[in-house]
Amino acid sequence: MRILVNGAWRDTGATNLEAALEELGYGDSVVATALNGEFIPVPSRTAVWLAEGDRLEVLAPMQGG
Amino acid sequence: MLKLYGIELQSRLLLGTAQYPSPAVLTTAVRASRAQIVTVSLRRESGGERAGQGFWSIIRELGVRVLPNTAGCHSVKEAVTTAQMAREVFNTNWIKLEVIGDEDTLQPDLFGLVEAAKLLAADGFEVFPYTTEDLVAAARLLDAGCRVLMPWGAPIGTGLGLNNLLGLKTLRARYPDVPLIIDAGIGVPSHAARAMEIGFDAVLINTAVARAVDPARMAEAFAQAVEAGHAAFLAGPMEPRDQATPSTPVIGKAFLS
Repeated sequence: MRILVNGAWRDTGATNLEAALEELGYGDSVVATALNGEFIPVPSRTAVWLAEGDRLEVLAPMQGG
Repeated sequence: MLKLYGIELQSRLLLGTAQYPSPAVLTTAVRASRAQIVTVSLRRESGGERAGQGFWSIIRELGVRVLPNTAGCHSVKEAVTTAQMAREVFNTNWIKLEVIGDEDTLQPDLFGLVEAAKLLAADGFEVFPYTTEDLVAAARLLDAGCRVLMPWGAPIGTGLGLNNLLGLKTLRARYPDVPLIIDAGIGVPSHAARAMEIGFDAVLINTAVARAVDPARMAEAFAQAVEAGHAAFLAGPMEPRDQATPSTPVIGKAFLS
């Protein structure tokens, strides 16, 4: 299925968020996720199922003022 | 000693981590500033490059407390969701809440700010709202549960200093016991010293240090200015007056003409 990851379409075979992050190369990265605009905490990732066209945001620490 | 949400701090200078020419320069500038709090943000991470991971390890090695921001958020929902994500990643309840209302001046949307602050405070966040010197907004933010306010000196990144000195002094006088941190618009150390002289509790600097020719040296200069300004506030500056008054005693002066 195709999902929008940080604004770019990606194909994924994963069905839940945890598996998708692994497949997309995030592995053990320190990242926070939001699906379709809603924050998904780490413990919920395995229980969140993905659907065609989902919008996933994967954010990490960055420089800020 | 400065106390923010129960945390005691020696340093009254907070430093932003953006726009430095390199990670090495950022590190030396943070150390030179003696800041105990640095601001950070959250941005999209690529699964291939993982740039954020390197940045995060640099910050952790510095051993400073982080204050994540919601920079670039224009709506309450965006800001609240970003804050929730920041809390998980940075493992802190602290959030520098920005809800931008005007694209040109980056002026905060005070209405959205108050609404977001209410939601976040109710959810256990300790909110540092980026606000203006507006007294009514300050009252609403305090009602919303904020225990620190961060009024702007001038628009973000301008380096113009304290644009509305009277407004800032009035805010200080109205809330003598609320920690007030000047956030944004400071350009040179004398601006920071001025903010501290009129009784502000701390200043947050980013561009003025990061964009200096020698950021580490400028960070040190700001550290000194903030300390000097605060010491001057504690010492109680004299009242300015319009007429000249000789500082050397007139009595006892020789008659030589």
